[in-house]
Amino acid sequence: MRVRVRVNGAWRTAEVWPGASLLALLRDALGLCGSKNACEQGECGSCSVWLDGELVCACLVLAAQADGREVRTVEGLTTGEDLHPVQRAFVEAGAVQCGFCTPGFVVAVVDLLSRDPDPDEPRIREALSGNLCRCTGYQKILDAVRLAASKLGGSSP
Amino acid sequence: MPRIIKQRVEFEGRVEERNVVIEGDDLPVWPAGERFQVIGTPVTRVDGAQRAGGTARYTADLYPAGVLHGAILRSPHPHARIRALRTSRAEQAPGVRLVLSHRNTDAIPWYNGMSRIFDTELRYVGDEVALVVADDAAAARDALDLIEVEYEPLPHVIDPLEAIRPGAPQVHPQGNVLGGAPERYARGDVEQGFLAADAIVELDVTTPDVLHHSMETHGSVAWWEGDTLVIWDSTQHIFGVRRQVAAALRIPLDRVRVLSPFMGGGFGGKNNAGKHTVLAALASRRLGRPVRIVFTRAEESQAAGKRPRSVQRIRVGARSDGTLVAIDYWGVSSIGAYRAIGTPLAGPATELYACPNVRAETLNVFTHTGPAAAFRAPGYVEGTCALECAIEALADQLEIDPLELRLRNYAEADQVLGRPYSSKFLREAYAMGARAIGWERRALTPRSPVRDGPPRRGLGMATQLWGGSGSAPAYAEVRLNPDGTAEVRIGTQDIGTGTKTALTQIAAEVLTLPVGKVTLSLGDTDFPYSPLSAGSQTLASCGPAVRMAADEARRHLIDAAASLLEVAPEDVRLEGGRLFVAGVPERGLAIAELTGQIGNFTIAGRGFRGPNPDGVTIRTWGAQFAEVEVDPETGEVSVLRIVACHDVGRVINPLQYQSQIHGGVIQGLGMALREEHVTDPETGAVLDLGFDAYAVPRITGIPEIVALAVDKPDPIANNLGVKGVGEPPIIPTPAAIANAVANALGVRVTSFPITPAKVRAELGRRA
Repeated sequence: MRVRVRVNGAWRTAEVWPGASLLALLRDALGLCGSKNACEQGECGSCSVWLDGELVCACLVLAAQADGREVRTVEGLTTGEDLHPVQRAFVEAGAVQCGFCTPGFVVAVVDLLSRDPDPDEPRIREALSGNLCRCTGYQKILDAVRLAASKLGGSSP
Repeated sequence: MPRIIKQRVEFEGRVEERNVVIEGDDLPVWPAGERFQVIGTPVTRVDGAQRAGGTARYTADLYPAGVLHGAILRSPHPHARIRALRTSRAEQAPGVRLVLSHRNTDAIPWYNGMSRIFDTELRYVGDEVALVVADDAAAARDALDLIEVEYEPLPHVIDPLEAIRPGAPQVHPQGNVLGGAPERYARGDVEQGFLAADAIVELDVTTPDVLHHSMETHGSVAWWEGDTLVIWDSTQHIFGVRRQVAAALRIPLDRVRVLSPFMGGGFGGKNNAGKHTVLAALASRRLGRPVRIVFTRAEESQAAGKRPRSVQRIRVGARSDGTLVAIDYWGVSSIGAYRAIGTPLAGPATELYACPNVRAETLNVFTHTGPAAAFRAPGYVEGTCALECAIEALADQLEIDPLELRLRNYAEADQVLGRPYSSKFLREAYAMGARAIGWERRALTPRSPVRDGPPRRGLGMATQLWGGSGSAPAYAEVRLNPDGTAEVRIGTQDIGTGTKTALTQIAAEVLTLPVGKVTLSLGDTDFPYSPLSAGSQTLASCGPAVRMAADEARRHLIDAAASLLEVAPEDVRLEGGRLFVAGVPERGLAIAELTGQIGNFTIAGRGFRGPNPDGVTIRTWGAQFAEVEVDPETGEVSVLRIVACHDVGRVINPLQYQSQIHGGVIQGLGMALREEHVTDPETGAVLDLGFDAYAVPRITGIPEIVALAVDKPDPIANNLGVKGVGEPPIIPTPAAIANAVANALGVRVTSFPITPAKVRAELGRRA
C-alpha cells in the first residue's frame, strides 16, 4: 500500500506492505536509520519518534496509521551540522558508548524537557524507564539530562 | 630486522603460546609522572556527533541498492534429526528469491568441526535449518512457515548435572564433557591443608545463564564486487570474520574485505563470525545482489550466545588468624550445544589469594541448549561469586574484618605460573575503595538470621583479578596531510568502548596536535592488522602500536624540519604542533607549514605492538564495595551504592574509564539480582525471547556508582603502561552485592540471581 507521511517537515511517499511498522517505513523505505530497531516490541525505546507531537515507539505503530500525519525523528533534531543541545549534552557528558540506544534516548529526553524543563531525578528516571542501554549503566545519561536541562535554560546541572 | 619470538600470552583466562613477529625495538615505557597534554584528559567521543546525531551507520543500518533480506528457519526441537525438508512452497511465495538448506548447500564445517552450516542433526531450539532470502524482511519471515520439515525428535538433556550422569542423551558422539575429562589443577596438598584449618567454609554456588543483549543484534550485510566479497558485520573481530568466511567459502583472504566502522555492542557475544555471516555471503553469490541478515531480538535470545550457567562448590580453610591453608574448588559450566573452549571458572580460586594448597576441577558440559559464548570476563565473574562469597563467609566465621582477611592473604606473586606480577596495586585499590564507601561503618554480620523488622543495611566487598595485558601482534599507520592534519589507520574495531577516541588521543599526544586535527579510521580489514576486541586487550594491544607509528612520523617531521632549519635533528623540538630550534623558539615553523611544502603523505609512520615482557604475569586488579538495603519481610534487595576502584595501569581517558566501570557494574548488578535466561527443561524452548521477559537493568533501579582509579602505569607491560578495563568492573559486582546482603541479614544466598523469593526461602530454611 501507498503511504504519505510528513517526515521532519517534508512530505514523503512510499510503497509498503500493509503490516509494515512505521519503523520499517522510516528505515527500510525512507533510509532514515537514526531510529534503531533493537527489539520490535516497544520495550527498549531505541526507535522513539514523535507522531503528531506524541512520543511513540515507531515499531509499535503501523506505517498505515501514520498516513497523512506528521512524524519527527532524531534526524529532525539536527540543524545542518549543528547538533541539538540534548545531543551535545549526551556527547559532552560521556553518555554515548556504543551509541545504538542514543538516538532513542535523545528523542525521549527532548520530549521530557519540552514538557518539564527542570525535571528532578525521579522524574528523569520515570521518563526514561522505557529506554534500554546495555553499555553506560545510565549514570552519565542522568548527567546528560541535567546538563541539557541547564543548557536549555532550566536549573544548573 | 623482523624476528619471530615465542610469547606466552594470557587471553580471557587462558594462557597460550604464540609466535609473534617483532619488527624492531619497542619504545621505552612512558614512566610514572610523565607530563601529558591529551593523555589522561577526559576527551569526549571523537565520533560522538555521529552516534548521538543518528548519522552513524551500523551494520544494521546498511541497505545497499538492490539489497535482499534473509530470515533463518530455526529448530523447534532441542534435539532432532531432519528426515525430510521441502522448500518448493516457500520458493514460490511472493518476493522469495532463494531458499538455502542442507539440500543445496555444501557441508561447510562449523563450530570447530562439531557441526556444519546446515546440519541434519539439530542440537538446540534455535539451531539453523534453512535460510529464506526475499525482497523484504517480512516476505522472508512469512515464507519460513512454508518450509516443510519432518523432524525425528531425539532424546535431549538440558541440565548440565543430568548431562554428566551415565546414560544421559549425548550432545556429541565424543560425550558431553568438553575434551572428554575435567580440567584439573593442583598445588600442595589440600587434604593436609584442611587438617591444619581452624575454620572451614563450604558453599554451593550457582550462577544463571545470562544473555549479552547488546542493543545492536548480530547481523551481516554481504555483497560481491567481481570476485571480491565485501561484508559489513557487527563484530568484535573483523580479521577473524575474514579468516572464517574465507575458509568457509574456500576463497583467498585477499578476496574478502570486512568492515565494521560502527558497532552496537558485543560484550564477547560477537567474537566470531556467525553462520548468518557465511549465509549472507553464500546467498549473495548465488543471487548477484547484496544480502542482509540481521537477527531479531528473539533470535538474539535463542541463538546468539550466553554466559553459561555454573554449578560450583568451594571449600576454603584458614587458621584462626585468617591465614588460608586450603582451597578446594569444583565447578561445572553448562556450555550449550557448541563450544570449542572451556570456561575458566577456576581462575580466581587458584590465583587470587596466597594459599599453599589448592585443588580445582572444572567440567565444561554440553547440553541441548543454545551455544555459550564469551561474555565479559567469562568464568571469572562466576568463579569470583564462589571464591569471594566463601572468603567473606570465612571472615564472618573467624570474626575478622573481610578486608583485613584479604590483606592477610595477599598474593605477592603468581602462584599458578610461579613468577612475579608485572605490577600489582591492589592494596591501593582496597584502601581507596574502603575509604570511599566508609568500610569502617560495616557492622558485624548478625549471628542469627534477621527475619522481620524494618529494612536493614549491609556492606560487602569483592576483589577482581583479570588479564587485560594485550599483546602483539597489532599494527598501525600514521600519515600527515599537507595542511598539517594527521590520519591514523588501524584495523581494530570500536565496539562501543571508545577505542577510537583513546587511540586518537595517543596519536595526538605524540604529534602534539589537538585531537580535532587527528582522524582515526578503523573497522576495515584493508587497514593494518589488529586483534579481536575482547579480553580487555584492545587498548593495550593497539595503543602501543599507534604510539610507535606516531613516533615514527614525529621523527620524520623532526628530520625534515632539521634540513629546513639547517640544524641537527637533535636540536629540533616539537611542541604544540610547532617545530623549532632548541633554545630559539622563534626559529621554527608549524607542522602545517612544513607538510605544506612537502606534499601528501610524505611524512608517515608505521608502528607495531612490541612483545610482552618475559617471565612475568600481567594482571588487572580491583576492589568493589556494595552497600545494600534488604527488606526482610519481602526479601527485596536495593543496592544503594557501589564503589569501584581498579588498577588497570595508566588511564588514557578518565571519562571513558568511568563509563566502562559504570557499564560493567550495572551488568554485574543485573546478574546479581534479576537477569536469568530460562530454558524450559521439558521442551528445551527459551522462555525469555525479548526484553519483556529478560530483565536488562533499567534506569529506574540503578544505584549511585563511584568509579575510582589507582591510575599508576604498569612499569613494564607495554610502552604506554596501560591495561584493559572492559571486563574488570563486572567481575566482583555480584559477589560484592551478595556479601552485602549476607552482612545485612545474617543469611547467605549463593544462588544467583538473588531474588526476593530466594532471600525469603533462605530466611525460612534457617528458621
